[in-house]
Amino acid sequence: MQCDEVARLLPEAVEGRAAVELSVQRHIETCLRCQVELARYRKMLRGLQLLRTRYLEPTPGLLGQTLAALEEAGERHAMRSVLSGRRLAYAGAIGGAAVAAGAAATAVIVHRSRGRRVPVTG
Amino acid sequence: MTTNELPREPTELDRLVSAARDGDRPAFDELVRRTYVDTYTLAMRLTADEEDARDVVQETYLRAWKGLKGFRGDAQFTTWLYRITANTAYTTVKRRRRHRADALDATVEEPVETRIDAQPEESAEQSAMLARLAGALGQLPPKLRVLVVLKDVYGLSHEEIGEELGISVAAAKVRLHRGRKRLRDLLYDDGEHEGREHGKRWDRAV
Repeated sequence: MQCDEVARLLPEAVEGRAAVELSVQRHIETCLRCQVELARYRKMLRGLQLLRTRYLEPTPGLLGQTLAALEEAGERHAMRSVLSGRRLAYAGAIGGAAVAAGAAATAVIVHRSRGRRVPVTG
Repeated sequence: MTTNELPREPTELDRLVSAARDGDRPAFDELVRRTYVDTYTLAMRLTADEEDARDVVQETYLRAWKGLKGFRGDAQFTTWLYRITANTAYTTVKRRRRHRADALDATVEEPVETRIDAQPEESAEQSAMLARLAGALGQLPPKLRVLVVLKDVYGLSHEEIGEELGISVAAAKVRLHRGRKRLRDLLYDDGEHEGREHGKRWDRAV
């Protein structure tokens, strides 16, 4: 196995022996150049893990803006709930009125049609 | 001696999460206060852009508040939040790429002074090298950077990363491989003499 081939596998090899084939492991054990290269990847990985506990200072006002955005979203949600509740009420009222109007119209038509009926007498 | 793990005592964070899940807004606000520095740090590492990171933080907490009822508590709240942050940041970066194609090659050197928790036992050389590593991370193309940050800095699994980014586990592994390789090249091979010097200094410091 050549160093160039092994070099391509080192980004995985850095995770441990199980991550690469036995032939790769054997090459690394006997090749100083690849050992140095693997050590570099290991150091890089260690550095990345250390970065996990290095926090960055947020830009001023971020907390306040985030809480305000949440507040605003909450208000919008509440407003939508109220509006959708009202819409339901309006729709119910309109529906009720339409039914009542329909019933009234039917009653009038029935009443008129009965009134037009002239009894046939002998 | 038993190997069974004892049930973990609920922490103050757990109690806040539980209250927030029941709709307690002040409890959620307190969660924001306790975690926003961590969220901002992850957002910065993922986007390498201050403005984008701010947007990501706000969007992350809006999504978290809306989705909190779905948080089952089988993962840590912070890990759950990382996943939302990753998803939001990835969407933001993709959107930015569409609007600002040139931003793909943008490089961001992380200013050392933005760090707020320099470790007392840490040597000045090591601090400088970590800043250099963070700077090199910022130079990675966003698609590769996201993988390296989530896997190697935050310890998410390939499966979790694939799920949040909407890519297969195999694709996640390929991108991670490329990301590590590019990062290694940035740390050790950037330039002639100067690059070798950086490489040597990096070798000594970490």
